[in-house]
Amino acid sequence: MTALDPAVQNGLEPVGLSLAGPADYFDLLKPRVMSLVVFTALVGMVTAFASGAEASVGLAAISLLAISVGAGASGALNMWFDADIDAVMERTSKRPVPRGAVPPAEAAALGVVLSALSIALLALSSNYVAAGLLAFTIFFYAVIYSMWLKRATAQNIVIGGAAGALPPVVAWAAVTGDAPWQAWALFGIIFLWTPPHFWALALRRTIDYERVGVPMMPNVAGDRSTKLQIFAYSVALSVGAVAVQPFGLGGPVYLVASVALGAQFIRLAWAVLKSADGDGRTPMKLFGFSILYLFALFAALLAEGLFNLLSKAIWA
Amino acid sequence: MTDEDRKRRKQRNLAIAGALGAFIVLVYLVTMLRIGATVAGGG
Repeated sequence: MTALDPAVQNGLEPVGLSLAGPADYFDLLKPRVMSLVVFTALVGMVTAFASGAEASVGLAAISLLAISVGAGASGALNMWFDADIDAVMERTSKRPVPRGAVPPAEAAALGVVLSALSIALLALSSNYVAAGLLAFTIFFYAVIYSMWLKRATAQNIVIGGAAGALPPVVAWAAVTGDAPWQAWALFGIIFLWTPPHFWALALRRTIDYERVGVPMMPNVAGDRSTKLQIFAYSVALSVGAVAVQPFGLGGPVYLVASVALGAQFIRLAWAVLKSADGDGRTPMKLFGFSILYLFALFAALLAEGLFNLLSKAIWA
Repeated sequence: MTDEDRKRRKQRNLAIAGALGAFIVLVYLVTMLRIGATVAGGG
């Protein structure tokens, strides 16, 4: 929504003034996605510290802030580019740009400015490896996923999921300057988690996606094929999350959590596979559990990492 | 512009000022922490 300032209308070019409030701009940053990014990045950082990284905690905290702002920036760029389809879809029609609270150009400007500031801040607080990875993450989400893959292929959220999976790698690199296999294992867990998470929701939203022409898997391949792929990714995720433990990611708490949570993930994915077409409840159960799964799995790593750091501090 | 519009514009300007101020403080903190680490490391 814009208004013309009477002060500049006397024979001069009219100037559009935004009437958005700070809360509208904050909504552009996708705060819920940001909170997930902060959490997974924090786990990456703490696990890196527990693995022997030696960095200033103060600088690490500022790096974490830079990563979260970078995630918010890519959210703003996504909302700017997707405003046309967001306006049509029920789930997204109340976002700041489609509801007219923020002009599209301002959403784009906010995304670009915050991207630049977050990358610069991360370069200052950590190193160029982490800053480069953050720049790549923002570019991948805003350009590769939002502008290209999302409207072009049913593999959109599979490939695009890489952007959501990178924050723990960025965070690990921020405190070590390196991205060892443990960081990429965290990436792999989130990457494999993304398809069953989003497709479980997409099974309930086929009409929405059909209306805007976004080729989500259920719309392109049908419910049956989507459910089969959900099951395949769920097995790969659950087995993969357990398999990395003996190689040094996490301890006994993580092992128990990954086995128990993985078994439930596979059980619910199996229920989705066996559910009747049009049954929306079973996929939503999996969708809800998938959020709990990722949170609990990473919380187990966080708890063990903090315990190890505390033990080191006590016995040092 | 209505009073509500003016109020929102003021809030937005304060938020921008706050964000810029926070960025300046963060850069200052990073500088101090880096200098502190260099001094502590004998570099």
